[in-house]
Amino acid sequence: MNKQAWLNEKYPQQEERSERFSTISDMEIEPVYTPDDLNGSNLEGVGYPGEYPYTRGVYPSMYRGRYWTMRQFAGFGTPEDTNQRFKLLLSEGQTGLSTAFDMPVLMGYDADHPRSLGEVGREGVSVSTIKDMERLFQDIPLDKVSTSMTVNCTASILLAMYIAVADKQGIPRSQISGTIQNDMLKEYIAQKEWICPPEPAVRIVTDMIEFCAKEVPRWHAVSISGYHIREAGSTAVQELAFTLADGIGYVQAGMERGLDVDEFAPRLSFFFDIHNDFFEEIAKLRAARRMWATIMKERFNAKNPRSMLLRTHCQTAGVSLTAQQPVNNVVRVAIQALAGVLGGTQSLHTNSMDETLALPTEESVTVALRTQQIIAEESGVTNFVDPLGGSWAIEALTDRMEKEAFAYIDRIDELGGIIRAINIGFPQKEIADAAYRYQQQLDAREKVIVGVNSHAVEEERPMEILKIDPEVERSQIAQVTQVKQGRDKATAEEQLGRVHAAARNGQNLMPVLIDAVKAHCTVGEISDVYREVFGVYQDPAWL
Amino acid sequence: MSEEKILRILVAKAGLDGHDRGAKIIARALRDAGFEVIYTGLHQTPEMIAEAAVQEDVDAVGLSILSGAHMTLFPAILGALKERGAEDVAVFGGGIVPEDDMPGLTKVGVKTVFTPGASTQEIVDWIWANVEPRSGL
Repeated sequence: MNKQAWLNEKYPQQEERSERFSTISDMEIEPVYTPDDLNGSNLEGVGYPGEYPYTRGVYPSMYRGRYWTMRQFAGFGTPEDTNQRFKLLLSEGQTGLSTAFDMPVLMGYDADHPRSLGEVGREGVSVSTIKDMERLFQDIPLDKVSTSMTVNCTASILLAMYIAVADKQGIPRSQISGTIQNDMLKEYIAQKEWICPPEPAVRIVTDMIEFCAKEVPRWHAVSISGYHIREAGSTAVQELAFTLADGIGYVQAGMERGLDVDEFAPRLSFFFDIHNDFFEEIAKLRAARRMWATIMKERFNAKNPRSMLLRTHCQTAGVSLTAQQPVNNVVRVAIQALAGVLGGTQSLHTNSMDETLALPTEESVTVALRTQQIIAEESGVTNFVDPLGGSWAIEALTDRMEKEAFAYIDRIDELGGIIRAINIGFPQKEIADAAYRYQQQLDAREKVIVGVNSHAVEEERPMEILKIDPEVERSQIAQVTQVKQGRDKATAEEQLGRVHAAARNGQNLMPVLIDAVKAHCTVGEISDVYREVFGVYQDPAWL
Repeated sequence: MSEEKILRILVAKAGLDGHDRGAKIIARALRDAGFEVIYTGLHQTPEMIAEAAVQEDVDAVGLSILSGAHMTLFPAILGALKERGAEDVAVFGGGIVPEDDMPGLTKVGVKTVFTPGASTQEIVDWIWANVEPRSGL
């Protein structure tokens, strides 16, 4: 019997519970998958783990070699508050640091700026000066940990500060390792924390890629991020497509700078969201690896296999968590984390159950980390490499997502590349449409969120949540004021002048930025130089 | 929706936070429900929002806040509206606001705050029931 005969004769004998079966991204799912569904890609095309096109994983042994890096994102309050949380996480067995900065840092304002009022230390740690950075990493040996920093339009300044702290600790630049998010293209598409327009923003990113390739070889100068695209309401295919399109944009920018593709591409890293739809997410990561390998080899002629590897961090989907019955979020996070692992991630952040309410408490962060440890050490899934490879459903889904995402990339190429596409709002509008469609499906109960539009209850016990003391803002304002008053004014001004000149004349910004932060120039002051030289980007406010 | 009333709503995004999925969904849903909707775009100061409310002659301002800065931004916007003689503009919100902060917001004049999980219909119904066209326009 072939599939069609089975579908016509056997399957309709029983009723279905729904009129339509689709993923959370609204991809329709067939009743059954067979080898006939693997259009172009036969199992030979899927290959082996650690072999081109890396569908089954970037390394041959995957988690049989070592587990993924368990990297919980943390940051709130003063640098001391976050330093303490870092030390707690390291003592609980976490293997890498990940820093969340507050909104003023993310938009390029010091703690004492009027626009920072009410936002200092709220959603991340407050950093205005190199003194803050030193307090943030106090007693943490920068040559022993790898540090991730989630910051974009001011990434160049924060990386300069991190390097300056390492310089001061006497640690060679070749010894520090980590990742800075620094993916400006997705800011215009989704996260929307920016200073200047896309063209100069990409120039700064390229300065950093170039500088790190030469000076800080163990640093990932950009983490090409689908996370925010998805959280902004995209489908899984859009996340895949726009993320890789951004990656193509950075590779093109690096090559136009005159860099050899194999000189910098091995240090490009990625960051994906892991949402609720289990198989869709696994297929997405598998498709992402195969697509990136193909793009690097065929489009950019990379020769070094390491340039073709899509190595990724993943985070469970913040947007999927509910304020209602928040303990249920532990279960969502566990399912998502398992999908990330079965999808072959290199590093993972698991969200805490209370994150729709406030920043997480120590207790809920620990449960989130334990979730990863249970998957790694108890569940047994880590004894297998790509255990779902060869599943007809998974392979068919992988093929389909690859095909649909490449169709988006073709469209972006036709529009003249990702920056042009962003400037006319193409990805932004596609995402807004998808987000609205999903909300309509939720309102119509075509899609379900347990505890919200299904199995809701009236009475709920409030959770204990983390509160940020208003004193944080006052003390951070005092700190930055003190630094501004205590520094050598002439030196600081001279250094800012050099940043200004480099911004204008196209010289690589990183060396002058490192000097500037050492002279106690602040995040806000350097951002003001960017505003002056490059202009300020305004939200087009497309609906 | 029995009334013939026409309502103009400003959907606003205050502060430095760039998370605009909620604000945009609400703006579209309100438009589809028959309101006249103006969306401010991101990174607005309280003064910019109050100014837009006055310029656009709106009957209500719906403010989206997810950054934890609600206790600073809501009072600032209400204050800025008052300075412009527009204290009769209904101000409501949506976002992450802990239960404990609600009485403080009500006290300064915030009509209501929709927290995560609210359906767009709930918000539409609330506006029809609670917002009236401003007199003397």
